[in-house]
Amino acid sequence: MNIVIAGAAETDELGKLPHMSTTQLHLQAARNALADAGMTKDDIDGVATVGVPGPIQIAHALGIAPAWLDGTGVGGSSFLFHVRHAAAAIRAGLCTTVLITHGESGRSRVGAPRPALGPDSLIGQFELPYGVLGPPTMFTLTALRYMKETGLTHEQLAEVAVAQRRWAHRNPRAMYQDLITVEDVLASRMVAYPFHLLECCLVTDGGGALIVTTEERARRSPVHLLGSGESAESPIISQMEDFTTSAAFRRSGEAAFAEAGISHDDVDHLMIYDAFAHVPIYGLEDLGFVKRGEAGPFIAEGHTSPGGRLPLNTNGGGLSYTHTGMYGMFAIQESVRQLRGEAAAQVPDVEVSVVLGNGGMFASAATLVLSSHRP
Amino acid sequence: MTASHKPVPKPTPDTQPFWDGTAEGELRIQRCRACSRHYFYPRPACPHCGSDDVTWVTAGGRATLYSYVISHRPAPGFEQDGPYAIAVVELEEGVRMMTNIVGVEITPENLPLDMELRVVFEQRGDVYVPLFEPAGEPAGGSAR
Repeated sequence: MNIVIAGAAETDELGKLPHMSTTQLHLQAARNALADAGMTKDDIDGVATVGVPGPIQIAHALGIAPAWLDGTGVGGSSFLFHVRHAAAAIRAGLCTTVLITHGESGRSRVGAPRPALGPDSLIGQFELPYGVLGPPTMFTLTALRYMKETGLTHEQLAEVAVAQRRWAHRNPRAMYQDLITVEDVLASRMVAYPFHLLECCLVTDGGGALIVTTEERARRSPVHLLGSGESAESPIISQMEDFTTSAAFRRSGEAAFAEAGISHDDVDHLMIYDAFAHVPIYGLEDLGFVKRGEAGPFIAEGHTSPGGRLPLNTNGGGLSYTHTGMYGMFAIQESVRQLRGEAAAQVPDVEVSVVLGNGGMFASAATLVLSSHRP
Repeated sequence: MTASHKPVPKPTPDTQPFWDGTAEGELRIQRCRACSRHYFYPRPACPHCGSDDVTWVTAGGRATLYSYVISHRPAPGFEQDGPYAIAVVELEEGVRMMTNIVGVEITPENLPLDMELRVVFEQRGDVYVPLFEPAGEPAGGSAR
């Protein structure tokens, strides 16, 4: 049974949307994805989503009578998990066609949940007392150790933001499109040394949705799921085993590549969750595209930029395109666009695209291998 | 300067021995009798070998600097600190924990990775949190 993505769409707008609630963002994305798939809500019998308002309300609001629900909430990678879980559920006969939604009022906080991190939680006892203030002071903690052990320079870290802006420059929907230089990055405001503002992701409002089903049920040229993998490591960044590599990235990537039966040379296009500039560096190494310590120079030499041999984060990524908080949905959307030949910054002849999603701060990860062709 | 507005951790039954220790000026971590390895954060069984034959021991309080950031956007309670170091240190027993570096001007030049540190304790409400200062400095009076 071939599992496909038969519909994919984002909200009409991304960015600063104070006129839309979190739920509205989910529902607009869902309706856009149904239209993209040429389906109606009556074709859907499975619903997966994360965060507010959850799969019950999404199904109810759309008038769907679900036979299968998945509320797996493991951070920004959750949507990759949902695709993987939906594929398993469809193969097992639990449902036939799954709607996966994301909506997040990350910037405007309209109808958005408040973080529930009590002083008796794990993070409340062992990290919050030290003045951490969200991901910019936690996700970033690994970078200096990586830099010491591999020789990555501040300039090479800045090159990640420069490379991704080159893609965003070609994407009219990207929040930031003006080309930048290493000097611009290093001159931007220090947020949490060694990270400058331009090495940190955006904070935006937006949403996206996917429809996963069988090839037979798809009504338009589908994107095939060749393989997937998922894993997790530490719930708090301070307990990550090795600050220079993500075990969850490695395990999810190995599983996805093995199931798909592909090698790195088969990959035409790559999306790596980029909440901060160091994350694509870890992703390139942990997925095995380059060896340890080589990702910084690889990006700086232009290999992931337009015209390079491994186009990476071609929507501009979380650093330049959009980042609602749980960015993984947008990474999948860009892979689908590239495989359909519909991307704003289209790469020629993309047949295999890999998506690596991060959840929390190196806490969870999932990898999808997608293709324009059947397995 | 008062630390009273900084976040105060709230112990739970599984973590109470750790916080009882810090209140007595001791850094207590768990050790597995089956595989002889230490671990942190508090858990009922050894994450390495799975044994529940575990005990609490007092760590020596010496550590090295594993990694850090210097935050330029203060969290609530940290407004008066200026840029401050959120660090992960590796105890000589092999476990790591998040902390703040104190007793030294917070600049990248003053904080080379792997520098030697030792624990000090700062009172927050009824709880004492472990902070670390350069091991070369004179003892006492560094915790704010």
